[in-house]
Formats: sequence, C-alpha cells, structure tokens
Amino acid sequence: MNSKITDYIIEKIIFLCGIIAIVFVVLIFGFLLKEGFSFFKEYGIFNFVFGKYWYPSSDPASYGVFSLILGSLLVTLGAAIIAVPLGIMTALFIAELAPKGIKDILKSVVELMAAIPSVVLGFVGMVTLVPLVRSVLDIPTGLTAFSGSIVLGFMAMPTIVSISEDAIRSVPWQYKEGAYALGATKWQTIRRVVLKAAMPGIIAAVMLGIGRVIGETMAVLMVTGNAAAIPHSIFDPVRTLTATIAAEMGETVRGGLHYRALFGIGLVLFMITFLINFIADLFLNKNKKR
Amino acid sequence: MHRAKISLILLTFFIFFVSCSFRHDNNEKAGIQIKGSDTIVNLVQVWAEKFSQNNTAVNVGVTGGGTGTGFAALLNNTCDIAMASRKVEEKEINIAKEHNIFYEEYIVGLDGLAVLINKDNPVQKLTMEQLRDIFMAKITNWNQLGGQNRPIVLLSRESNSGTHIFFKEQVIRQADINSKDEFSPKALLMPSSQAIVDEIYQNPNAIGYVGIGFMNDQTKAVAISARNSNDFIYPSIENVMSGKYPISRPLYLYTNGFPKGFVKDFIDYTLSEQGQKVVAETSFVPIKK
Repeated sequence: MNSKITDYIIEKIIFLCGIIAIVFVVLIFGFLLKEGFSFFKEYGIFNFVFGKYWYPSSDPASYGVFSLILGSLLVTLGAAIIAVPLGIMTALFIAELAPKGIKDILKSVVELMAAIPSVVLGFVGMVTLVPLVRSVLDIPTGLTAFSGSIVLGFMAMPTIVSISEDAIRSVPWQYKEGAYALGATKWQTIRRVVLKAAMPGIIAAVMLGIGRVIGETMAVLMVTGNAAAIPHSIFDPVRTLTATIAAEMGETVRGGLHYRALFGIGLVLFMITFLINFIADLFLNKNKKR
Repeated sequence: MHRAKISLILLTFFIFFVSCSFRHDNNEKAGIQIKGSDTIVNLVQVWAEKFSQNNTAVNVGVTGGGTGTGFAALLNNTCDIAMASRKVEEKEINIAKEHNIFYEEYIVGLDGLAVLINKDNPVQKLTMEQLRDIFMAKITNWNQLGGQNRPIVLLSRESNSGTHIFFKEQVIRQADINSKDEFSPKALLMPSSQAIVDEIYQNPNAIGYVGIGFMNDQTKAVAISARNSNDFIYPSIENVMSGKYPISRPLYLYTNGFPKGFVKDFIDYTLSEQGQKVVAETSFVPIKK
C-alpha cells in the first residue's frame, strides 16, 4: 500500500515536470499572440510586415519591419553559406577520416566552441573582424551583414558538426562494407553511400544550426551596424529582428504601442523558428523510420 | 485519473498566475536604483561611489540603457532615480499621470554634443545646415565638404538614447517643432557612445556625435557654427558654459514625486559644491561656478 502511494506521487511529479514545458510554451505563445494581435489590429498587419521605415520614437511613429526581416534573412543566409559546408566537412573528417588522437581533440574543441558566450564572440568580432572587413574589402564600413554572417557562422558550426557527426556515425557499417566490396574508393563510398544515408540527419543539423543563428541577438547587435534600411548587398549594414527587440525593449512603456510592436516582431521570429524546427523534425523522423 | 490530470494542470496555471501577481513586491529594498542615460552614466557612477563612502548603509546601483529606458523604468517602478539627457516629453508626462507617477525634475549639469570624425579626415568645421544634410544623407561624400573622395558613414545612437533625440530635434529638425525630418535610415545605430568613438577611431569615413565627455585624442572634433552665423565654435567646456557652442543641453535627474530619505540625500549631494566638482572632473559642465 505504502509503495503504491510513493509510486503514485512520483509518477505525478514526473508528469508535472513533463507538462510544465508544454504549459510554458503555450503560455508564451498565448502572450505573444495577445500583445501582437492587439498591435496588428491598431497598426495593420500589412503596414507592419511590408512597411519600409522603422522610426519607433517619432511622432507619428512608423513600425515597418520589412527591412528588419530582410536583414535577418540576409545575415542568416550568409551564415548558412559559411557554416554548412564547413560544418558538414568537419563532421565527415571527425567521423570517417581522422585518426583516433586527432578525432578526440577535434571533438572536444568543437564542443568548447559551442560553449563560447555570444557576447564574447560579438566583442571579438567587433574589435578584430570589423576593421579587417572594412580595410580588406575596401567598403565604407566593416559593420555589415557580412561581418554578422561570419560571426554567426562560427556560432552555428558546432551544432551542425556534432549533430551531423552523429548522423554519419549511425550509418550502418554494412553499407560501407558493401560499397568497398563493390570496389568503390573511399571518396566514392563517402559521397555516394555515407552522405546519402546520413542526409536526413545532416539536413536536421543544418536546420537546427540556422535556428540558432536567426535567434541570436547579442553578437549581431554588436557587428551588423543596425541601420534599418533595405540592404542592397551583403556588404551593407543591416538591422535584424532580434537586435531591434534587444536594443529597444528597455525604452518601451508596458502596454504602449511600441511595446506591442516589439511583441509583433517576437511573433514574426516565433513563426520563423517554428517553421525551421518543424522542417528539422520532419527530416529527423524520416531518418528514424529507415 | 482523468480528473487528477485536469486538477494538476489547473494547479500549474494557478501557481503561475499567483507568482506573476507578486512580481512588483520589491519596493522595500534598502538602496537606490538609478537607470537611464548612457551619456551621464559615468558621472552618476562616480557620484554613487562617493555618496556610498559617506553613507555606508546605502547601496547605490547605476545602470545605463538610454534616457527612454530610465523614464520607462521609473514608470514601471523598477528604479528610484532616472538619469536623462533630454527633458521629459509632454506625451510621457501624460502616460505617467495615468500610472500615478509624477516626474520631479532636477538639472544637475550641462553637456555639449561633439561631432567627431577620424583623425585622417582633413575636414575642420561644419555649419549646422551641412551637419543636417550629412545626417539626412543629402550629402554623401566627404569631397562635397572639402575632404577626400570617400563615402560618408553615419553613426548615430539607438532611438532610446536622449542624445539621439536631442540631436534629432536640434540638428535634423533645426529646433522646428513642426518639422517631420528624420535621420537617414542608412545611419548606423550604435549600442553605446563608446562604440561610436571606437568605430570613428578605426574608420576614416565615419562621422558621429557623442557627449563632450567622450572626446579623446584618438578622434577629432569639428568646430560647428550656429544657424545664420559665421563663427565656428569648438566644443569645449568653456564654450558650453558660456552658451556659445550651438549643440549643448542640460542634464537631468528625475524622481517620482518629491524624493524622501536616501534618495533626497543623494539628489542634494549631486547639487552640492562637492557634487558639482565631480561634474567638472568627469568632463561635463557644472551648472554654477
């Protein structure tokens, strides 16, 4: 009888812990929706998403986030172009090619990279990368989407490396043996068999890495210049959605239009990351079914 | 079983909302919280340290973030004193009244806004009209101002900064309240005054504005002429105090209603002779000699 009660209580505690995560996500989403929608009703969702100018402290204020969305997408795209090939190749090297000693060192270094706080990366980027980008490329300022992409590429890489390495290592050894038995070289085996079999896991890794990039705030705030103008190339300064929330949340009055506009931005970000996670999940599940 | 699940979910919600409603219960702490303008954060930090030395029982916390941040914090009841580099706006006073907050204003010093450029930039002086056209991106190359053939990179503060708003009112809008002119969207919004100085130091294309407390040997300040005047005035403490320098402003502290206890002691200290000596030491301009 006594052990039954303990069983029951422990079961309930575990259930509570599990349900809390769901409750919080639902509450956060509900809060975002509430504040965001009351803003959309007042300002208009079309004016918000496609408005060109972000002048929150003017009178009348304009809250157009089109340039901010473009800024976020441009920085993310640049980071993906840098981090994806680098990350996948590092994962391949660790899983397939590296000798034991190097493999262990590389793995722990990559894990250490994931642990560097973003403010530190942003600060290092601001002091070293920004002047370098300006003088090497001979552009008006080094505070550009390009600098942001490099810093964020560095932040996305560890995620991409460790998850795609898992995917590559879980390719059954019979596949590789089969390929070698047919006379394939090492490169042919990696390209045609290992990479193909691990592809769903690698895509999921890329998606999670990109999810981290698009949500990153501090580093981009420090290196992208924060000009809310529509960028014409990756070498223009941009302002991202996250940097806008971080830079302006302090000045807003609870319940004011500007305050709710920032929640509107939060809602847009939530949608984007939700979409990315959803796609990643789709590929992870596909991987499991095999 | 099913009922137990539902009651547990309800309990979780209940705990969450109850804990939410307790979040404002921090008025009883023994200390002074000061928030607001980044321009005077260094000055107020020195005041706080000296004040704590004489009043060891009091803990003074100073954080920046921008003038708007300070006003919002006073309104949201998360600080005792707001630092400001501009006057509180009519609109903000009205919002505050709805929340039962009444801003009490103290002028504690003066500041001039220096326009900084890189040391390698040969430009020496600018008129207010030129300055406006530069920051509205009507002038986009230094050779239009007698400099080298280089694009102009605009550095501004974030829109929550009192410096940003003061510069907009005095330079972009030329003190005309009906003007709707704005900074060019191409202007880079830097997170702090120090970030502006750092970027100007390493970028020969850049131009930016900061309080004269941030002037140093690594950058160059330009002389500015007032509207309809041919006198170019260099930003210095003497010129700000005499009122000759065209872009200068008072610095404020705000409290909610008349201050009591330690908060009053602190405000009195900042206005005292010793307090004003600190103003001069931190490269701002004291209100009285």
